[in-house]
Amino acid sequence: MSSKAYALYKKDLNSELRTRYAVNSLVMFIIVAISVILFSIGNEKITQSLTSGLFWVVIFFSAMSGLSRAFVAEEERGTSLTLHLIASPSTVFSGKLIFNLILVFCMNTIVAVLFSILFEAFIIRNFALFAVAFVFGNIGLAVASTIIAAIISKAGAKGTLYPVLSFPILLPLILTCVQLTLLSNQGADFEAAKFELAIVFCYDVIMLTGSYMLFDFVWKD
Amino acid sequence: MVWKIFLFVLLAFVSIAGIAFPIVPVPHAWYEFPLIPGLKENAKIIFFHVPTAWLSAVAFMMNTIYSIKYLRKKNLDDDAKSYAAAQLGIIFCVLATVTGAVWAKFAWGSFWSWDPRQTSIFALLLIYGAWFALRSSIESEEKRATLSSVYAIIAFLTVPFFVFIMPRIMSGLHPGSADDTNAGPVINFKMNGNMQLIFFLSLIGFTILYFWMWSIGYRSLILKDKINKQSIKE
Repeated sequence: MSSKAYALYKKDLNSELRTRYAVNSLVMFIIVAISVILFSIGNEKITQSLTSGLFWVVIFFSAMSGLSRAFVAEEERGTSLTLHLIASPSTVFSGKLIFNLILVFCMNTIVAVLFSILFEAFIIRNFALFAVAFVFGNIGLAVASTIIAAIISKAGAKGTLYPVLSFPILLPLILTCVQLTLLSNQGADFEAAKFELAIVFCYDVIMLTGSYMLFDFVWKD
Repeated sequence: MVWKIFLFVLLAFVSIAGIAFPIVPVPHAWYEFPLIPGLKENAKIIFFHVPTAWLSAVAFMMNTIYSIKYLRKKNLDDDAKSYAAAQLGIIFCVLATVTGAVWAKFAWGSFWSWDPRQTSIFALLLIYGAWFALRSSIESEEKRATLSSVYAIIAFLTVPFFVFIMPRIMSGLHPGSADDTNAGPVINFKMNGNMQLIFFLSLIGFTILYFWMWSIGYRSLILKDKINKQSIKE
């Protein structure tokens, strides 16, 4: 199963490298979003809590603009029937999840780097805490948005529906990650952030289990 | 029929008692409520605010239960049941938000302050809204039932975070929050016996009302579906 999932991921990666649609549009989206924020801030001094909130706002909307591709593209090209033939539902989900995970990690690393360059208040003082929160947050984001993307693609690829459906599901994750980013910017240690870290970890586990159990129903018509 | 009259009497008693019973500093008579410092007269809204919030959560849970049932049996009646539950759920959710906001204005000073429980009722509203948006975007009946069931279950997975975890780690204004020194919900330490009695009577009455409305709702949905199918055949 894992080799098949890897093959599916390779297939997605190859078709992505051929067109570079997702990567190009995502990078441009991030740049546009950050410059809108910078223009609206102007010469104001913004606080640390506002910057860590804005950090996750940019991440959320970039994810919403790019992550639905994985499944929507299959439906648009009409290739989902072929996938039905060659692989089991959980394999398909794993392959898409790996692809989205890598996309999310690349995207959020770019956002983090740009934020630490462009925002004065965004200084990561406890890097280890930030890294752990970043990894767990990205996994949760990728898992939840992959399963919602699967639902959306079957619902007829309604682009506006994707953020609407994802937001309530991602809300606990985003609220906790904003808190964690703020803590790491303030230089708090792991002891102060252990509850938040536990929440994000639980969220990842629950969402991963739930998605694998429910994907069968979405995928089989 | 008997239980309908019983329900009418119960809800009439709860409404009259909840609004009209006086609040006095030291209650003696059976119909007097104790004075709760900081809340005063507006404590009475608890008889209507808490049942609506409770029912919006119950409706959400029933929506999930019938979604799971649908996915197991693929019976469209279960889909009608979960739809009827969600219809009532969004009504009670709006009522809970509005009564809560009114109460917050008089008890805490502003209509909305992103207290953890306010955040979670807002998330519940969003979930209901997204669920109905998803349903309206799908034409085929079976597909709509399956996809909305899956979404309802995934949305239900986030409930523990909002209900049990967020209010305890974020600072908030509701009883039971992280920085609350009073330890425990209001009903345990500030209500006296008759206030608790009316509170629980109100909860029971509204719950029965909910189940009655829900059974009318889903039966009418199933009938409507049947009539539609018959008219297509003819």
